Amino acid sequence: MNRSSALPATGPLPAAPGVSRARDDFPILSRKVHGKPLVYLDNAATTQKPRAVIAAIRRYYGTSNANVHRGVHALSDRATRAYEEARGRVARFLNAREDREIVFVRGATEAINLVAQSYGRIHLQEGDEVLVTTMEHHANIVPWQLVCDRAGARLKVAPVLDSGELDIPAYERMLTSRTRLAAVTHVSNAVGTVNPVREMIGMAHARGIPVLVDGAQAVPHIPVDVQALGCDFYAFSGHKLYGPTGIGVLYGKAEHLEAMPPYQGGGDMILRVTFEKTTYNAIPWKFEAGTPDIAGAVGLRAAIDYLDAIGLGAVSAHEGELLAYATEEVERIPGVRIVGTAREKAGILSFVVEGVHPHDVGTILDHEGIAIRTGHHCAMPLMDRLGLPATARASFGLYNTPAEVDLLAEGIRKARELFR
Amino acid sequence: MTVDLGSLYQEIIVDHNRRPRNFREIPGADRTANGDNPLCGDRLTVYVKVQGGVIRDIGFVGNGCAISTASASLMTEALLGKTEREAEALFGKFHDRIAGSGRGADGSLGKLEALAGVREFPARVKCATLAWHTARTALNTPGRTASTE
Repeated sequence: MNRSSALPATGPLPAAPGVSRARDDFPILSRKVHGKPLVYLDNAATTQKPRAVIAAIRRYYGTSNANVHRGVHALSDRATRAYEEARGRVARFLNAREDREIVFVRGATEAINLVAQSYGRIHLQEGDEVLVTTMEHHANIVPWQLVCDRAGARLKVAPVLDSGELDIPAYERMLTSRTRLAAVTHVSNAVGTVNPVREMIGMAHARGIPVLVDGAQAVPHIPVDVQALGCDFYAFSGHKLYGPTGIGVLYGKAEHLEAMPPYQGGGDMILRVTFEKTTYNAIPWKFEAGTPDIAGAVGLRAAIDYLDAIGLGAVSAHEGELLAYATEEVERIPGVRIVGTAREKAGILSFVVEGVHPHDVGTILDHEGIAIRTGHHCAMPLMDRLGLPATARASFGLYNTPAEVDLLAEGIRKARELFR
Repeated sequence: MTVDLGSLYQEIIVDHNRRPRNFREIPGADRTANGDNPLCGDRLTVYVKVQGGVIRDIGFVGNGCAISTASASLMTEALLGKTEREAEALFGKFHDRIAGSGRGADGSLGKLEALAGVREFPARVKCATLAWHTARTALNTPGRTASTE
């Protein structure tokens, strides 16, 4: 840490550990569950936290805690700098043009609600359309339903193929003169498909339509450059990126954020308040009413530093190998079918076992110390499209190993045995 | 603490999951209700035919995990021939045994005891009670949808 940093360092930063040794950085991974070593394969729900993140949060509360943007005292200044440095770190992580294009929110869900309520409110009128896709998480469906209902606008849905890939020509056809915004996921949380968002943004922009990208499942797996993508908005959650819960990010192009009305009112988002007229603060603070999750921002910054030290490229390659190996091993088990066979996938393996309901698979695996997610993954329209009530989903993080994949496959075999 | 998986997936549960009893629609059923476990997507419909206050026929269709399917199957067997009042009493007793304070409850639930292992798997309790909520709804307020939430 250099001297300009707001947080005092407690020691030298560890050298880039590389993916192979990263496991040791996560205290929780050494615990046992039901008497078995924990095999954590629910990373798409939330990731575990490295020591560096836990320490950064503890250090913040232990040395720097105060409210931001208010006090003249030393700690307030320190907290403010820590918070704003975190914003700058996120801006560099996404390659945003300016720090003020980064709004701190609670998570991707709140980021999308912010855009729906603020951008949607001024741009949507009766007969207008918002375009989403069948594979969206409920968080990228329901906020649009709410705002469309109020405006009398229509929510259009681009279809998904049997492989779990988007029907891109259909998506392009559905971008019409009435479309005011397209909201698409970068990576499907349910089946792992990586969408060609750059191409999709290009198609929308060619028609003057702005695009919001839900990046919750992308940022932990693939490097994201918002300028290269050209997206208008990009949303993600800190806790899926090895950071703490309660902090997330909305990236928005400055020109959009400037023109948008506030989402919530309160302290920090104003310059001057009288009962006659209130003047709002500049972006990004205009969208950050109330005391923010300062410790969360500090923790997120530590997570990004941690991830950067390992290298997202190395993480990506490691997870790609794991996914390929897991696909091979799980597919080999008789009666098991992989759900989602897109050519490009990231970190997620969804599957169903003949004769064994996903919940039972989940309980049996849990008994082996293996944590997976089962159910509809908050993507019920996609499940309906694929004709499945539920799937079992193993999702990988940088600390998972091929040996854990072997345990997963063994667990699935046990589930089949039990229900034979 | 470890719990035994065998206490959850007893032979009788596995059997009723594989071959659910009374897994059928009942044409002309006078009481039906849908059940929904929004958390996991389990859905089922329960059909009941009541004559003179007695359950003369009962069936269910739907999609769910082994626990919810076996519980529905065992329930239809247990309720067939019962009076509405007896059914209501059994709902209470079952719920207490699975989810309530009735850990040491005396009165044996017979075959339904096989479901008592669910107690040790809090995440699965709702799977076991879904069919029961739905049957109760069918009897008391037919046409409504029961939900575990």
